[in-house]
Amino acid sequence: MRPQDILTPQPAGLYCKPGDFYIDPVRPVARALITHGHSDHARAGHGRVLATQETLDMMQLRHGEGFAAATQSVRYGETLTLGGVTVSFHPAGHVLGSAQIAVTCGATRIVASGDYKDAADPTCAPFEVVPCDVFITEATFGLPVFRHGDAAGEIARLLASVALFPERAHLVGAYSLGKAQRIIALLRAAGFDAPIYLHGAMDSITRYYQSRGIALGELRPATGARKQDLAGTITLAPPAATSDVWTRRFPDPVTAFASGWMRVRARGRQKGIELPLVISDHADWDGLTATIAATGAGEIWVTHGQEDALVHWCGTRGLSARPLALVGYGDEDAEDALPTTASAEGGS
Amino acid sequence: MQSFAHLIDRLAYEPGRTNKLRLITHYLAETPDPDRGYALAALTGALSFKHAKPALIRDLVAARADPVLFALSYDYVGDLSETVALMWPADRRGRNAPPPPTLTEVVDTLATLPKRELPAQLSRWLDDLDETGRWALLKLITGGLRIGISARLAKTAAAQLGGHDPQEVELIWPALAPPYTELFAWLEGRGDKPVSRDPAPFRPVMLAHAIEDADFDKLAATDFAAEWKWDGIRVQAVTGRGDLGVPVTRLYSRTGEDITAAFPDLAPALGHVGAIDGELLVVRERRVQSFNVLQQRLNRKTVTPKLIKEFPIHLRAYDLLAEDGEDLRDLAFMERRARLERFIARLGSARVDLSPLVAFTSWPELAAARADPQSAGAGADSEAIEGVMLKRRAAAYVPGRPRGEWWKWKRDPHIVDAVLMYAQRGHGKRSSYYSDYTFGVWIATESGDQLVPVGKAYFGFTDEELLQIDRFVRANTVARFGPVREVVHEEEQGLVFEVAFEGLQRSTRHRSGVAMRFPRINRLRWDKPPRDADRLETLERMLKAQPAGKPDADAADHDRRQDIGNGPTELL
Ligand SMILES: [Zn+2]
Repeated sequence: MRPQDILTPQPAGLYCKPGDFYIDPVRPVARALITHGHSDHARAGHGRVLATQETLDMMQLRHGEGFAAATQSVRYGETLTLGGVTVSFHPAGHVLGSAQIAVTCGATRIVASGDYKDAADPTCAPFEVVPCDVFITEATFGLPVFRHGDAAGEIARLLASVALFPERAHLVGAYSLGKAQRIIALLRAAGFDAPIYLHGAMDSITRYYQSRGIALGELRPATGARKQDLAGTITLAPPAATSDVWTRRFPDPVTAFASGWMRVRARGRQKGIELPLVISDHADWDGLTATIAATGAGEIWVTHGQEDALVHWCGTRGLSARPLALVGYGDEDAEDALPTTASAEGGS
Repeated sequence: MQSFAHLIDRLAYEPGRTNKLRLITHYLAETPDPDRGYALAALTGALSFKHAKPALIRDLVAARADPVLFALSYDYVGDLSETVALMWPADRRGRNAPPPPTLTEVVDTLATLPKRELPAQLSRWLDDLDETGRWALLKLITGGLRIGISARLAKTAAAQLGGHDPQEVELIWPALAPPYTELFAWLEGRGDKPVSRDPAPFRPVMLAHAIEDADFDKLAATDFAAEWKWDGIRVQAVTGRGDLGVPVTRLYSRTGEDITAAFPDLAPALGHVGAIDGELLVVRERRVQSFNVLQQRLNRKTVTPKLIKEFPIHLRAYDLLAEDGEDLRDLAFMERRARLERFIARLGSARVDLSPLVAFTSWPELAAARADPQSAGAGADSEAIEGVMLKRRAAAYVPGRPRGEWWKWKRDPHIVDAVLMYAQRGHGKRSSYYSDYTFGVWIATESGDQLVPVGKAYFGFTDEELLQIDRFVRANTVARFGPVREVVHEEEQGLVFEVAFEGLQRSTRHRSGVAMRFPRINRLRWDKPPRDADRLETLERMLKAQPAGKPDADAADHDRRQDIGNGPTELL
């Protein structure tokens, strides 16, 4: 069977005909396999959902009980047979519970990697290379200008700034699911043991991470803290909150934003960021190209992001590559990074 | 190089002046000589070497990277140096991971390196630096390092290292050269104060507040002297005696920039040792010409005999800061004035004269003079008068804008000085020019003063001025968002517009809370540093002073749309 007959892009998402299921569908379907808990991949309203336990838990946290008619959890490495194919889930290193989904039909194996990163992350299982014939890769940071570097170095810059401006609060915009917890864990690893403050929107997901055994130290709600007590502290908040009236409770806040987009200066300036931190939960250019090579796949399908450059690169390596043109997926940070009239108004 | 790169990277994002100072001072305290000295030189614009051309950078990256990937990346990032810094494929093979170059190494090497060796040297440095280091290096060697730091700010940061007044550093600065080890030794209490040998130093100027109606109640007319407010360029003309007793004359802009070379016709008229504060004007047949005429002289790159003849330059003096080595700045204004009158008389030059005092005994009397300068003694010069200046008779000459000493009382109440913040391409035949401008005024924030946009204008300037602004925008872009460019707008760097408008309204759409009706660019103030532009408080007072209930809601909404459009204010 040709690979495109095993997995086919359709308006609802990537469809597996021989197995009769979709991967990360953007519309309600009868049977869905979900790579990870981010909202553009894990939507409510499907019939049956197969995912890792963490991803199922996150979907329930976000959408409530009954987000799907039935659910089934799967462990990393476990093999299941669905119709004419076998599927298995493998760590994607993106966020807690994130998985690449390998679909094997006869002698052909296709790996849909969802979102992934090959960089170290203390809050989730490390990315595993899954040898395959066709590798489906994201391309969020699919340009050679995106090199994320060492996240610990960025954390050191944040801590140096806290030391230099002890009378100011440091407000770090970070996506609520995954990025925020990773930043906290990195701060702890760097020896920062003071309480870390959280925006209310991050509370439940962060407590969920702690319930899964991820040590994050003492966390406090930013709401209710006295302004003068927030001097010299670090607070994590959803990126949109760092530019609205919510920030007025902080003494002269230094606005940081942790995202791979912060590599490009205009992105940070556009948002009025004072301390851009290049920390991403997606693979950078070197990560994308190294992973593609490591899978041994001869055929590469590129989903959302900067497809052109990655498809071109594959061509120069003798790999057959094409963009999949799936719609409905984005980068969680990029959505937050869009300047909104609403948040600009909030400050007036 | 790395720590310097990280400093300027951080400075480029930091809007607050006090925070910038802290960052620079911290860097200077932590960094050893001579690296910090070269950094100070870079920040004050004192570092000079032959700049590399963008073509060289393109060649370097072409030798390393796939052209398609480069084109896609450049298209995305929009800035050549930044693109190359980010995508540079470092090659460390066969090299034992050498440490990245220090700033001193870069400066020293560039000073002596033969041109043909530059590409290979640059490639090696790019291999050894990180993304931020590469960005800083490329910006430095292409002369594109624009981070909104003025020389003044950098010197202030250095002064803070030893708790000194920045003015002290300013005065000895001309005697210093990179890497300033002598300066740092003094600042850190390890050495003597370097001696300034500049015979004609600049002295920071005293500035006026805009007066409001309510202020008059608190001020006694008899405490003040009044002069015309001339519509020219504020300058300081300083003459000192050089090493061999030869007089040295320098002409400074209000920010201390040496502009002597542009006015060879004026310097010979300033033969006596002293420092005059005054206004540069063009005078033809004993009549002061309008600012537009003066600007035609200012805008020329080269000063030809023809230009000098057509636009004879003139200094109208209103203060004397020093005479024969004596500092007069602590004297009362009227005492300085008496010294000035004698000084000007001794010069005896047709090119230099006194700015006359306007006689008055009460505020209503002065108001009448301001409304009609021609009948109040200004005669034919009245066209070049934009109001009156009030100076407290007993006031010392204090740098900056001390409260309550000097006031400016402009003729047209609906004019403010605002700073260009964003520029957008125009439409139709202007589509190739940046012709729509968003400008702002200062507001106080917790981290110091910041500019807040108050309006958008796209007319009021001549075609030639449009070309000049367009050139300025392109050369001073700090970020691009689609058709919009963010233009440098810092305390010491940027372009000031004199903006005229018909009225003001409250607006919830603007962060400033006010919107202008029909704003237009009245004039370009190339001579004025942005920090001297107006503050939001001035607009708020104008708003309160307006007769209430003027515009109806529909008209107000229409104006807002017209003023702001879909433009850059939404990006803030
Ligand atoms: Zn994701």
